[in-house]
Amino acid sequence: MIGNLRMLSAAFVQYALIVAVLIALCSSLLGVTLVLKRFAFIGDGLSHVAFGAMAVAGVLGPVLKEIKSGLGEAGLEGQLSGVIQFFIDNDMMFILPVTIVCAILLLRTGQNTRIKGDSALAMISVGTLAVGYMLLNLFPKSSNVSSDVCTSLFGSTSILTLSITEVWLSVVLSLAVMVIFLLFYNKIFAVTFDEDFAHSTGTRVDRYNLLIAMVVAVIIVLAMNLVGSLLISALIIFPAMTAMRVFRSFKGVTICSAVVSVTCAVLGILLSIVFSTPVGSTIVSVDIAAFLIFCILSWAGVGKRKA
Amino acid sequence: MAQLSVEDLSLGYEGHVILSGLHFAVNAGDYLCIVGENGSGKSTLMKTILGLQKPLGGSIAFGDGLKPSEIGYLPQQTQVQKDFPATVWEIVLSGCQGRIGKKPFYGAAEKRLALENMKKMEITQFAKRCYRELSGGQQQRVLLARALCATQKLLLLDEPVSGLDPKVTLEMYQLIEGLNRDGHVTVVMISHDISAALHYATHILHIGHETFFGPKEEYVKSSMAKRFLADEGGKTK
Repeated sequence: MIGNLRMLSAAFVQYALIVAVLIALCSSLLGVTLVLKRFAFIGDGLSHVAFGAMAVAGVLGPVLKEIKSGLGEAGLEGQLSGVIQFFIDNDMMFILPVTIVCAILLLRTGQNTRIKGDSALAMISVGTLAVGYMLLNLFPKSSNVSSDVCTSLFGSTSILTLSITEVWLSVVLSLAVMVIFLLFYNKIFAVTFDEDFAHSTGTRVDRYNLLIAMVVAVIIVLAMNLVGSLLISALIIFPAMTAMRVFRSFKGVTICSAVVSVTCAVLGILLSIVFSTPVGSTIVSVDIAAFLIFCILSWAGVGKRKA
Repeated sequence: MAQLSVEDLSLGYEGHVILSGLHFAVNAGDYLCIVGENGSGKSTLMKTILGLQKPLGGSIAFGDGLKPSEIGYLPQQTQVQKDFPATVWEIVLSGCQGRIGKKPFYGAAEKRLALENMKKMEITQFAKRCYRELSGGQQQRVLLARALCATQKLLLLDEPVSGLDPKVTLEMYQLIEGLNRDGHVTVVMISHDISAALHYATHILHIGHETFFGPKEEYVKSSMAKRFLADEGGKTK
């Protein structure tokens, strides 16, 4: 069992750890805002959209291969075929824009008309899930469809099979999310705490809501590799809720949530290697454990003001 | 020129007009109370002035050197804020958002201003405390300090005393009166409390089936006020 830890020296495990830390960090930063803005459900809906998009990408793959085989090796055709190969290797390049567009659409329909927004979200979310599953069955990537579906829904081993391009893509996107969060920290706080007041002081609230939705879409596509599309919400919601048990300032909650999320992700990956359990559900289990521990701490009076 | 002049304004939601033909002007130093029955459009009027909602017709103009982003707004509390983890300091400082514009961080000037307004509202001792653990009156002071960070000229207050006990209500009114009288801040306030409105305000805007706008002294003599006062009196007794 402990012998499994020797795998830590393997490059693919190290990649997995780096990407996991970055994804956990990003998702926890935005998680605080999403939970407080009552946007947590958007994260859940978008993760299903990402699943559907992935199934479509799976269908497009063979089509693209067909097109590529018709192209020559030289000149412009050669370059084009290189581009197509890039898209075949990285379905993230297809899933990401689709998810971002859906994030924008959901936010647009969700504004002011709360109930309509809720049902629109539910429709998109279950619709993409159903269509995605059907596509995976109609155009199976391998002989074992249920294993493919399981991988995309629960992540299982995809974090350990990342290509080097995917690792770099994840690193760049996560760094971009973090830079955006730091630069707009004060604006995000203002928009989260009181949209109307922020608007009255000249802050472009709808632009920041749009920015938040787009960043969430990026995080979801990234996190799909780590925990699979059904478990992404856990990565966004648990660290924020955990931190809110004990901390009383926005900054404190944000920092604590980041620390909790990264710790749980690393711990989860290590445990999953040691006990050969699925990565995604192990990470989420550790998140749940952390939440319970913080609940007990809060109950015991940690972080409460001394009267 | 008036700080705020409203001409022939129509307002409502999604094309449904709840109020039309509204005329009034607010000059520097005025204390205007907006009164009227529930659902008469008081909060909608305030949101329209703030630009949170588009007017269905007519115009709202700012003058006397007042920019639209220089209005201090005290909204009614939302559900989100009731369990929001944030310190008093973080919230008051967020009132300086309009001042820093596109810059990402607050500078020393903004921090000084936030501290100054916290002193004015006598909440400096709560700076590190969590907003949701404060009493209703203390929370209102925090939001007022935040509004003051956004403006030195015009405050828009949406029922600042709702849910406060009588003693704290009186303190709140005195605080606002002090800002108006000594701080020369123009005050526009939505109020349910007609007796307090008549006590503190210089002008009254009554909206509903009929509309009245003018100095308090004239309002008291109007037939509209008599009916409204009789109604309100009947309700409280």
